[in-house]
Amino acid sequence: MSDKKRRFVFTPESTWEEMPEGGLILDAGNADDFLTGDWRNIKPIWHEDKCKQCMLCYPVCPDSSIEVEDGKMTGIDYDHCKGCGVCAHACKFGAIDMVDEAE
Amino acid sequence: MAIRDKLSGNEAVAVAMRQIDPDVVAAFPITPSTEVPQYFSQFVADGKVHTEFVPVESEHSAMSACIGSESAGGRTMTATSANGLALMWEMLYIAASSRLPIVLSVVNRALSGPINIHNDHSDSMGARDSGWIQLYCEDNQEAYDNVIQAIRIGEHPDVNLPVMVCFDGFITSHSVENIELLEDDKVKNFVGSYHPKEYLLKRETPIAVGPLDLQPHYFEHKRSQAEGMTNSKKVILDVAKEFQKMAGREYGFFEEYRMDDAEVGIIVLNSTAGTAKTVVDDLRDKGVKAGLIKIRVFRPFPFEELGKAVSGLKALAVMDKSDGFAAMGGPVFNDVRSAMFDYAKDVPCINYIYGLGGRDVRADDIAKVYADLGKIAETGKVKSTFNYLGVRE
Repeated sequence: MSDKKRRFVFTPESTWEEMPEGGLILDAGNADDFLTGDWRNIKPIWHEDKCKQCMLCYPVCPDSSIEVEDGKMTGIDYDHCKGCGVCAHACKFGAIDMVDEAE
Repeated sequence: MAIRDKLSGNEAVAVAMRQIDPDVVAAFPITPSTEVPQYFSQFVADGKVHTEFVPVESEHSAMSACIGSESAGGRTMTATSANGLALMWEMLYIAASSRLPIVLSVVNRALSGPINIHNDHSDSMGARDSGWIQLYCEDNQEAYDNVIQAIRIGEHPDVNLPVMVCFDGFITSHSVENIELLEDDKVKNFVGSYHPKEYLLKRETPIAVGPLDLQPHYFEHKRSQAEGMTNSKKVILDVAKEFQKMAGREYGFFEEYRMDDAEVGIIVLNSTAGTAKTVVDDLRDKGVKAGLIKIRVFRPFPFEELGKAVSGLKALAVMDKSDGFAAMGGPVFNDVRSAMFDYAKDVPCINYIYGLGGRDVRADDIAKVYADLGKIAETGKVKSTFNYLGVRE
């Protein structure tokens, strides 16, 4: 979970009395709280040695799961990556492979 | 001092809307919508209101735009009728479940087909499960009064639900009647300004409205919505009390007319109550202990109060101006009968579907119902529960 301040944190235990009415989401960016990594069937594997840090993968990831620090890719956020494979498709250097999640 | 005037039902509602001066009115400007947006758009053009008027391309868009503006934090109203309401259907549910207190005037007209534009209740009765509060009005005065109260009811923080104010097409919407209007400033003070807790234009605390809500939380949100409807019962009565102090006119869940010692009674909605009251008076003159209940609040349904109100009768007829096609009674009958199971189990009850597609309902028709009730009261037996009143056969 994010360390951002939340007005309401949804959990599987949240009761109807405490939840915001009408399905409102009271916090910008609270998708961060929902770990969607377990939706994944195939998993991206990043090969740092082949990576040119070209940043082609970063903007195409629909789940903001390419982790970047100081302008450089540092890894993949497996808590949120749904395994769509767009990053692997965008990579021109074979630095991202998609493998079966079961392997 | 109240202002005496003569207005049609549509004009009366438009005047109420002018006095309320909502932030946004989004409405379809031609039929199957009503004259309400037409009259109101004149107020906009004349600079009598501050409202942003959005003439949309369909009723689906009308309700969608209302949902958008109410979410943004604006007090929002609209009006429609019949198939226009049907086209709003999908968005009605979204307005209610998003807890947006939009106020919608519904001019009750038959849903096609066969194609028909005249009065019955098939439009709003079809929307009875959409999560909207529903108020029904006998005449122009009640339509005016209920629109003003609807704002306060829906916007109450314990409720946060949209409200439909329903009145009969042509009979009420187009008939000009005497009416007592309130002064503009009185209405303005009564409705106050709208201060929702959360809204999209609140910069300090951004929110998202209408997100995907799957198995883990949808169910809880529905439970919360049900609580809003339950809470609305108290709010409806509180607002009515406050309204009475200001306007002198009394409102509750339903009106009881000569019910105190009544032996035979009927339950009706909207304009038919006016016709039926004269029949009740005639019967009383002849010594028949006849009474009448006119339901004002159909959603939430006042189960306990209504069940108890009919418990002293020897026979009851429930009048439905729409057929729910349950093959066993219209929607009003089914709810009344369900209430009676707890509070008036032994009262024989009969259902009449009547006046569909604008078929005239005359005093004679209502007198026939009371005559039937007299026989039922005598024998304690209902020959046929589900009937079409006055249909040719």
